[in-house]
Amino acid sequence: MSKNTLYGIFDCELVLLAAVKEVRANKIEIKEVYSPFPIHGLDKALGLKETRMAITAFIYGCIGLSLAALMIYNIMIIDWPQNIGGKPNFTFYHNMPAFIPIMFECTVLFAAHLMSITYLIRNGLYPGAASDCPDPRTTDDKFLMEIEVEGDLAALKAMLTKNGATEINEKDA
Amino acid sequence: MHKESEIRDPLILGNKSYHDITKDIAFPVEGKANKYWWILFSLSLVLFLWGVVSMAYTIGTGIGAWGLNKTVNWAWDITNFVWWIGIGHAGTLISAVLLLFRQKWRMSINRSAEAMTIFGVAQAALFPLIHMGRPWLAYYVFPIPNQFGSLWVNFNSPLLWDVFAISTYFSVSVVFWYIGLIPDFAMLRDRMSAKTAPLKKQLYSFLSFGWSGKAKHWQRFEEVSLVLAGLATPLVFSVHSIVSMDFATSIIPGWHTTIFPPYFVLGALFSGFAMVETLLIIMRKVVNMEAYITIKHIEYMNIIILLTGSLVGTAYITELFMSWYSGVEFEQYAFLNRATGPYWWAYAIMMTCNVLTPQLYWFSSIRKSFIATFILSIFVNIGMWFERFVIIVTSLHRDYLPSAWTMFSPTFIDIGIYLGTIGFFFVLFLLYARTFPVIAQAELKSIVKSSGSEYKNKK
Repeated sequence: MSKNTLYGIFDCELVLLAAVKEVRANKIEIKEVYSPFPIHGLDKALGLKETRMAITAFIYGCIGLSLAALMIYNIMIIDWPQNIGGKPNFTFYHNMPAFIPIMFECTVLFAAHLMSITYLIRNGLYPGAASDCPDPRTTDDKFLMEIEVEGDLAALKAMLTKNGATEINEKDA
Repeated sequence: MHKESEIRDPLILGNKSYHDITKDIAFPVEGKANKYWWILFSLSLVLFLWGVVSMAYTIGTGIGAWGLNKTVNWAWDITNFVWWIGIGHAGTLISAVLLLFRQKWRMSINRSAEAMTIFGVAQAALFPLIHMGRPWLAYYVFPIPNQFGSLWVNFNSPLLWDVFAISTYFSVSVVFWYIGLIPDFAMLRDRMSAKTAPLKKQLYSFLSFGWSGKAKHWQRFEEVSLVLAGLATPLVFSVHSIVSMDFATSIIPGWHTTIFPPYFVLGALFSGFAMVETLLIIMRKVVNMEAYITIKHIEYMNIIILLTGSLVGTAYITELFMSWYSGVEFEQYAFLNRATGPYWWAYAIMMTCNVLTPQLYWFSSIRKSFIATFILSIFVNIGMWFERFVIIVTSLHRDYLPSAWTMFSPTFIDIGIYLGTIGFFFVLFLLYARTFPVIAQAELKSIVKSSGSEYKNKK
């Protein structure tokens, strides 16, 4: 039997959210939801795992901090120590108060940029990538629920309509 | 879902549906520019060209083209630099700090405020670059051993901290801005027809990075925005603190004060918000955003200006007190000379525009008037430019030996470069207003329901 893809289109995010809960309660898997803006609580309703973006930012920040400290230590203490305004330059520890601003900036620089790059890669976003959204209206004012089904389409359609879908489209896989 | 007080006024007017928002935001991009846009654009372009000629002349002949002399060896260049950096502060404050505080009113203005930040910081960065005299050697500021041996940059110096702070601030602001722009570019892409506007469609397809609005992507989007806001908040405070240390770590009377970092940060927020108001009051008319940028937004910003203006005034008085209390006659003279010396008029403009006129915002009728706000915001812009001028020039022009005492007068080239950056800024901003979604529409749509629409319908 061929697999069918159903697109349930909704007008309101609150109706969609209720419909998502209802559909999942009926043990039907929702393949994807497309929406024009973030909907609070949708990730939980869909059973999505928590994102780990913040953790990556922390790791990248630690890398930035370490690299900055290593760079400054190598330049200012090891390679070419100089007496500048009488600031102690024998050990990194004693000279460190003057290095804090740049260590901080490097932490932020690494955390922000590497996290953003990770975000783009994980989402498959890059300049010129084509959108795989089935309906262009979902960046405007429509909310789309994509369900892949085998078998009884009519019952599913009825359920979606009952839960507030204003339009149901079908695509043969 | 969040709940909001029923008696609170809506954040955007006109009972907009999601589709109305889409149409309104896409309007300036899809439509033709009106007369006012062209007039403003031509004026800015003329100023910009004057600036380009002045910069080329400076680089061709040397810094001697400026009005600097041996005593006043820093003047308009650093004044303009600090002024532009300060203006660049409100954007990140609005988008990052107000995001952390969950201030929903920021959503109508954050996109343009961030654009202002990025364009403002770009203007600021021009000044140290030109002041190098040989801008093609600008790579000397980066930590690479130069070709004369293993001589490195000095990590003890606030000037190098500035290099790191400003380049981090600029690049992180661009990334923060762009992450938020991707869904809005996708909205524009999906509205463009491949038949009638193939080039525009291609352009926005390219810029939108293939965004499709999947649930998982939105989840990551929100987390990334929050973390970027968390990173940008200390960043914004660090940048102007470090700029102030360019002065504070020196031993010039009038510069050598520990109050500088908080005082500069407050001044930056103060001037940044004033510039946001100047720009938005023009922009809401030019690109028809009256329903989105309302008197409510202006009033909130006026309250921040009132607060930061009063704090800046407190800092001025604290400085005066500390110079007297220090018992150091050089410090005392530096401040006496500021207020009563040959540059008394600059000090008077600074005090009037930064401390006195913003106090008018205590009156609700002035706080809630577009015209009064526009005029007062220009006052703040002028006052904050003079603040930097007063700090820099009056501290230098009476130096250690009375035989070296002198005055500063700008040359035609000095004025050209300053006005040129204003022209360049407006050229960028006006182009932005016609090609970018000027309001973060995706985020804005998420607050329409909670901004009192049901309450409005009940009435």
